[in-house]
Amino acid sequence: MATLTLRDLRKNYGPMEVIKGVSLDVADRELVVFVGPSGCGKSTLLRMIAGLEAITAGELQIDGQRVNELGPADRGLAMVFQSYALYPHMTVRQNMGFALRLARVPRAERDRKVDEAARILQLEPYLDRRPKDLSGGQRQRVAIGRAIVRQPRVFLFDEPLSNLDAALRGQMRIELSRLHEELNATMIYVTHDQVEAMTLADKIVVLQAGRVEQVGSPLDLYHRPENLFVAGFIGSPQMNMLPATVQEAGPSGLAVALASGTRIVAPVAAGSANQGDSVTLGIRPEGLRLDPDGPIGGEVRLAERLGGLTLLHVTIEDGRQVTVQIEGSDLTRPHETVRLSVNPVACHVFDQSGRAFTHLLKHSLAA
Amino acid sequence: MQDSLLQRVTTAITGWAVALLLFFPIGWMVLTSFKTEGDAVKSSLAFTPTLASYGEVLARADYLSFALNSVVVSVGGTVLALLFAIPAAYSMAFHPTARTRGTLLWMLSTKMLPPVGVLVPIYLLFRTAGLLDSRIGLVLIYALMNLPIVVWMLFTFYKEVPNDILEAGRMDGARVFSEVWHLLLPLTMPGVASTGLLSLILCWNEAFWSLNLTSAGAAPLTTFIASFSSPEGLFFAKLSAASTMAVAPILVFGWFSQRQLVRGLTFGAVK
Ligand SMILES: Nc1ncnc2c1ncn2[C@@H]1O[C@H](COP(=O)(O)OP(=O)(O)OP(=O)(O)O)[C@@H](O)[C@H]1O
Ligand SMILES: [Mg+2]
Repeated sequence: MATLTLRDLRKNYGPMEVIKGVSLDVADRELVVFVGPSGCGKSTLLRMIAGLEAITAGELQIDGQRVNELGPADRGLAMVFQSYALYPHMTVRQNMGFALRLARVPRAERDRKVDEAARILQLEPYLDRRPKDLSGGQRQRVAIGRAIVRQPRVFLFDEPLSNLDAALRGQMRIELSRLHEELNATMIYVTHDQVEAMTLADKIVVLQAGRVEQVGSPLDLYHRPENLFVAGFIGSPQMNMLPATVQEAGPSGLAVALASGTRIVAPVAAGSANQGDSVTLGIRPEGLRLDPDGPIGGEVRLAERLGGLTLLHVTIEDGRQVTVQIEGSDLTRPHETVRLSVNPVACHVFDQSGRAFTHLLKHSLAA
Repeated sequence: MQDSLLQRVTTAITGWAVALLLFFPIGWMVLTSFKTEGDAVKSSLAFTPTLASYGEVLARADYLSFALNSVVVSVGGTVLALLFAIPAAYSMAFHPTARTRGTLLWMLSTKMLPPVGVLVPIYLLFRTAGLLDSRIGLVLIYALMNLPIVVWMLFTFYKEVPNDILEAGRMDGARVFSEVWHLLLPLTMPGVASTGLLSLILCWNEAFWSLNLTSAGAAPLTTFIASFSSPEGLFFAKLSAASTMAVAPILVFGWFSQRQLVRGLTFGAVK
């Protein structure tokens, strides 16, 4: 259907720059997720693509054509708003058919398309109701239906699930995935929920303060974060971050010492690291294991048993808290002392500016 | 919460008292219109009702032609004001600039000038343009007179419409006209309607401009009333009859549209 190209896009509100040069390529039929903390500029960027906000500088292309100067009505994109923004005075059928009515599509064809979309979204029983007589989830589906009916070049979603409860959110997430398959559409999806980002995306764009921190597949970002921000933002529970000092750089990796003196060898290219440099050692919670012979000692503070998973919050020797994720139901109790070993694959090292040292091991799932 | 009986009784009594106070002059006028001129100057309530005054009033002036002028200039002035105010308020509510607030205040400030202050220039303009004693002239002046209030009211109603809904419309392919016609107007209909009703009432009751700018051809009902007050001293019964006939249409109209008016003026345009 469509490709999208962003070239150094910028947005100013008065003197304040909120989008600080974003470049990105969105391939045909790709589902790209913008993720980042609140206020980082996700919505602004999406609205610039939609044509609802003027572009201060840079170029936006749809299918290779510059569209900076086109209004929202002429870009051929559809958007689903966080607030749904349904037309309150129209029935569900009229809401979904509004774009076609404006485009002067004959009534019979309009009805056929609305019926088709209603079938896909299981909205058939509600076609004659008004938005106020629908539940939140149903309104959400109408908003999506309104976008589908038009067969737009690109779908834009701005946190479409954030007003739904957890159960419904999970269900709608699966439906959106299915929809993406079924419609073969290019989609851009904004969320601050990294679980949504991980499960939906072909490609994730992590934004912070108006800049792109990293672009990549979900597993790329998870296993090969390029910097501290991405490492901390992607993944739940969060990556454990421990201050450390470089002891020695060898061909098999970088040996670092934690504050307690514990030595850990991380399989990363030493680069410009020198002995004595302060670095941050990042270990994913599933990279820590209970192991009587492990190098790190600590005391369990809290055990969260989720059934299939157990999360142990452990205070290690240097006084820091770490999270250990164990498969299955572990019976370790609070106040027990434990020893932990580290799976080197789940180790990351970041220099003082927050940049990651390149991993030496190629991850089987990451690119 | 359930109000106590005492509270409800007090509220009812106060409400009725205020209503009666406001209604008294109109009631008195209607009563007087059914008296003879002799009874009219006495302040007693005992009299035998007669339609004599109405007969004389109708015999002396062509009520219907005045009434028709009133209808034409009120409706015309209101429609013209709305025609300009709807796009103006839209632009100020949804595409505001740094000067929007100032413009709104300036528009309202024009209402602080006493109309008589611009009577001479307007009169001369009208004379040159050949608009004296013409319905078109009155329509123009009424539209201009009500424009600030109409823009202000529409602006406040529009402000309540979530921007998202209009943006969704834009994404759906609506240009400015469709956006206003298919989304904004239906969503703010109660507000637009009550604004129009208020403007109608203001036009209907307007006397200053109609007395000064019309003589016979385009004169509305306010001039009709005035024509019974001046020449041969005051004849209260005939004056009351003429006034009653002048306000009756708008009273009836107001009665039927009060639900609409109250809804628009108190609840806002969009839930
Ligand atoms: N009209 C505006 N004028 C000035 N600043 C604005 C305006 N709109 C947004 N901003 C600023 O731009 C930044 C980005 O806002 P944006 O709404 O894009 O954030 P977001 O990433 O979508 O956040 P959230 O997750 O909370 O929705 C914020 O710092 C915000 O304060
Ligand atoms: Mg946002």
